[in-house]
Amino acid sequence: MVEAHSTGNGVAAPKDARNSRAITGICDRFGNDPHRMLDILRAVQDRFRWISPTAMETIAEATGLTRIAVEGVASFYSFLSLEPKGAITIRLCDDIVDRFAGLDDVVKSFEDELGIKLGTTSVDGRFSLEYTPCIGMCDQAPAAMINDIVVTRLTKEKARSIARALQSEARPQDLISPQFDALSPYERVTMAVDSNIKHAGEVLLGPVPRDAGLEKASVLQPEQIVAEVEASGLRGCGGAGFTTGAKWRLAAAEADTDRFVFCNADEGEPGTFKDRVLLTERADLLIEGMTIAARAVGASEGLIYLRGEYVYLQEHLESVLTERRTRGVLGTDIMGKAGFDFDIRVQMGAGAYICGEEGALISSCEGLPGEPKTRPPYPVNRGYLGHPTVVNNVETFCHAARILDRGDEWFHAIGTKGSHGTKLFSVSGDCLNPGVYELPYGLSVAELLRMVSGEDAAAVLVGGPSGTMISRDSFQRKLTFDDLATGGAIIVFSGKRNILEIVEYYMSFFVHESCGYCTPCRVGNVFLQKAIQKFRKGNADSSDIDYLRDLSATIIETSRCGLGVTSPNPILSTLENFPLVYSAVSKKSEDGMKATFDIQSAIEEARGIAKRRSYIFDRDYGK
Amino acid sequence: MSEPRKARIATTSLAGCFGCHMAILDIDERLIELLKLVDIDRSPLTDIKRFTQRCDIGIIEGGCCNEENVHVLRDFRRNCDVLIALGQCAIMGGLPAMRNAIMHSDDPLRECLEEAYISGPYLRNTTHNIPNDPALPLMLDKVYSCADVVEIDYQIPGCAPSGDVIYSALSRLLAGKFHGFDRETIRFD
Amino acid sequence: MSDTGFTFTIDGLPVQAKPGQTIMEAADDAGVYIPRLCDHEGLRHQGGCRVCTVKASGRSVAACTQPATPDLVVENESEHINSMRRDLVEMLFHEGNHLCPICEASGNCELQAMAYRLDMTQPTKFPYLEPCRALDASHPDIALDTNRCISCGRCIRASQDVDGKGIFGYVGRGIHRRVAVNGVDLAHTDAAVTDDAISADVCPVGCIIRKRVGFSKPIGSREFDDGLIGQKIESKRK
Repeated sequence: MVEAHSTGNGVAAPKDARNSRAITGICDRFGNDPHRMLDILRAVQDRFRWISPTAMETIAEATGLTRIAVEGVASFYSFLSLEPKGAITIRLCDDIVDRFAGLDDVVKSFEDELGIKLGTTSVDGRFSLEYTPCIGMCDQAPAAMINDIVVTRLTKEKARSIARALQSEARPQDLISPQFDALSPYERVTMAVDSNIKHAGEVLLGPVPRDAGLEKASVLQPEQIVAEVEASGLRGCGGAGFTTGAKWRLAAAEADTDRFVFCNADEGEPGTFKDRVLLTERADLLIEGMTIAARAVGASEGLIYLRGEYVYLQEHLESVLTERRTRGVLGTDIMGKAGFDFDIRVQMGAGAYICGEEGALISSCEGLPGEPKTRPPYPVNRGYLGHPTVVNNVETFCHAARILDRGDEWFHAIGTKGSHGTKLFSVSGDCLNPGVYELPYGLSVAELLRMVSGEDAAAVLVGGPSGTMISRDSFQRKLTFDDLATGGAIIVFSGKRNILEIVEYYMSFFVHESCGYCTPCRVGNVFLQKAIQKFRKGNADSSDIDYLRDLSATIIETSRCGLGVTSPNPILSTLENFPLVYSAVSKKSEDGMKATFDIQSAIEEARGIAKRRSYIFDRDYGK
Repeated sequence: MSEPRKARIATTSLAGCFGCHMAILDIDERLIELLKLVDIDRSPLTDIKRFTQRCDIGIIEGGCCNEENVHVLRDFRRNCDVLIALGQCAIMGGLPAMRNAIMHSDDPLRECLEEAYISGPYLRNTTHNIPNDPALPLMLDKVYSCADVVEIDYQIPGCAPSGDVIYSALSRLLAGKFHGFDRETIRFD
Repeated sequence: MSDTGFTFTIDGLPVQAKPGQTIMEAADDAGVYIPRLCDHEGLRHQGGCRVCTVKASGRSVAACTQPATPDLVVENESEHINSMRRDLVEMLFHEGNHLCPICEASGNCELQAMAYRLDMTQPTKFPYLEPCRALDASHPDIALDTNRCISCGRCIRASQDVDGKGIFGYVGRGIHRRVAVNGVDLAHTDAAVTDDAISADVCPVGCIIRKRVGFSKPIGSREFDDGLIGQKIESKRK
């Protein structure tokens, strides 16, 4: 349903009044709290399919903000729209893995069947068709979101039949199962998306006894919990690798009555999907880990920041939370211990990679655009609403729960020196067995490639685009914090893939996902993307290689957060490991003329207007 | 002993207003000193229309708004060892490049010409035509800076650069001692 | 931390700082100029333009937001730092439409003055993005030409914190992020020419324009005609 435009005569139509009541109702539901802005806007988007100017004014009034503040949030997130979107919005994942898996055919099927072009909305307002960056389904690409439903392993034919079903009034959830409404939340999730666990290790994906870690933690002093996690050697699994115990210790040491434990489930790095699997299969363990962290740092409130793309998991997580409250392992007097109070809310994101950065994640939870915060102060000192906040990755919390159960020495003994325990790897791309692998730290890339049957690999992207692209001669390198650190994404590319095409895609990803707060990341990445396009068109010369390096160096050194610091990595690591790819397409300019300037295309329009040929540049002029 | 060889200089004005050439004349009496060091080849100042021989320095005023500008600029690049972009138009398109920001429609050049010659609110064009004499060079889709089209070695900023700045840059360049401008003298206007 | 001051160095020069001061605040007091665009006296620090990037004991940080600490060794005016700053200023020039010869802020423009100070005179490979942003001339006394906006956000903070109004705000993300007004256009906000946010020194460029006063100062007597940006601070050095 699309909200009516203002009638313009100053008298609100009955429909306008009804819409306005619906919006104030939504604001009421969230306590008219400006910190719940993202929830309010998501709800308005769901109800009306866009955030209209009048909606922004109504929301601003209800929450006590200015309209421009509301617009600032509404215009920041990809899943919120300032223009009417179709009642059914189909978001095709346009990650490079999906492209290589046949995305073009899928797009064409949807376009043909729905009669609309990509990036547009049908005139009747029923359908919108658009691209969205990696939705965490690279192991079953091509994939798409249809409203809140995920469909995977799309083919030309499957896309066609989905489009036809939707046109004949099927609901998106009917695509998953005709009995969707009768399914349990867990069944709804697993019928839509395979967990694809290809190798279970002994820490996370093997058998896990229920709440064993929490039971032990509940009889320990907070200080003892921190000490145990510290002694285990556990480091953050999101990519940065900060020592978890140290993080908890810093938060616990702050003099503040309110502390928060946040779970970063904004798994946005292209090619990463291991948290999706943990959220599906180990939700209890995650919440157990968060509850242990809460006891360790003295927090009574927690939050799971779930990326907008994983909205299909929301209901499942809510049901696990409810079940835990009923069981007395979440809420008040946890495990019967008076005063051990901790509860968790799921905060939905709305399509912004940057919100995986912990400061941006906190901004987003506060109802703001997802912009990183100035550091210092660090979140552990002053985070959510100014209070000490521990933000850890999904996998990290799961590990913590297991460490409390089995002991720090057990965990410390797994892996290598400096990289303890196991790691989940999300493997996708050109291999026979994509999926999730839980392996101890210390394996080489070559060993992993053998496990996934990806021996044909010519290039492996370790850690996603913000990681490192390595070539065959580096496949002996080890997957550890000291060698190839990774949040877990392993994308395999065979020899038939075009490296520059991959690099250009990832630069376009960073351009799309930069928050725009700081100059180098906002502007510099656009320049890098344009420079790569120049190479792809064959218009680059050898000085452009220096240009890539110099510009990258400036972006890395002056950017405000990790996004800008890592965004040139696709370029720098391929310049380093695939130098021939660049030199092969760069010509040496002998005569001082710029290859990028094309006189023929520059005068084409004028030829048409003047209805004559060029007396300088058209050889056939006058003939 | 023979006199040291005099440097050969060529100049041209592309999509500019000739203000930068006027500014060259603002070098005033020091022009006499300068002319002891250089000969001027192709230039509006000498009215020589074609290069008589290879030049050491080519000075370009203005950016490229039509095909002839491109043709001349490429000719300068081929015939000069060092190219200097003189003034904002040569450096970044300048005032003519104001049209670039509106060149985002499907038919930008036509839109621009119609606004300029037919539909603009302050126009009095009795022919109601866009000029289209066969002798007129074709316009480019947008205005390009000189560095968009050829390699440029040095830039002298200003609109126009002052005679002092031009003189000091040229004389230091000729002496092989040009290492950038005094920061206090840099102007973009 | 004690309440007494401490010392650190900028380019080898000892600088006194009070606890809680940023590197830039301490530098300003000591008469050492650190280039900046988004920072403005009396407004919250933003740390967005990154032109104030310095190396503090080996780590690149924004001087406007980074707290000074005892014995910090800050590198400010090195060729390496200044070349990065030049890149950043050049990015801002290429991101918008900055036609100095026709801009009424020319001579009083901090972006332009920063380019002078950082010697932005060499050919560059940066492309011009040439955005097409609509002019907002709806207000009787004020016009907005966001083609010249460098997203410094000084007007946003001034309007929010000094005027208590919130006329301006950021919208959009990434390269599409820009400053917008709290209403359909400026005439539909409570902006007044007397606002601090509208005053001549808050907007560093020619984006916020006060109508009917353009080009009133002749060339030669404009703010940066007689010296480099930063000289006011540098003249405080003993």
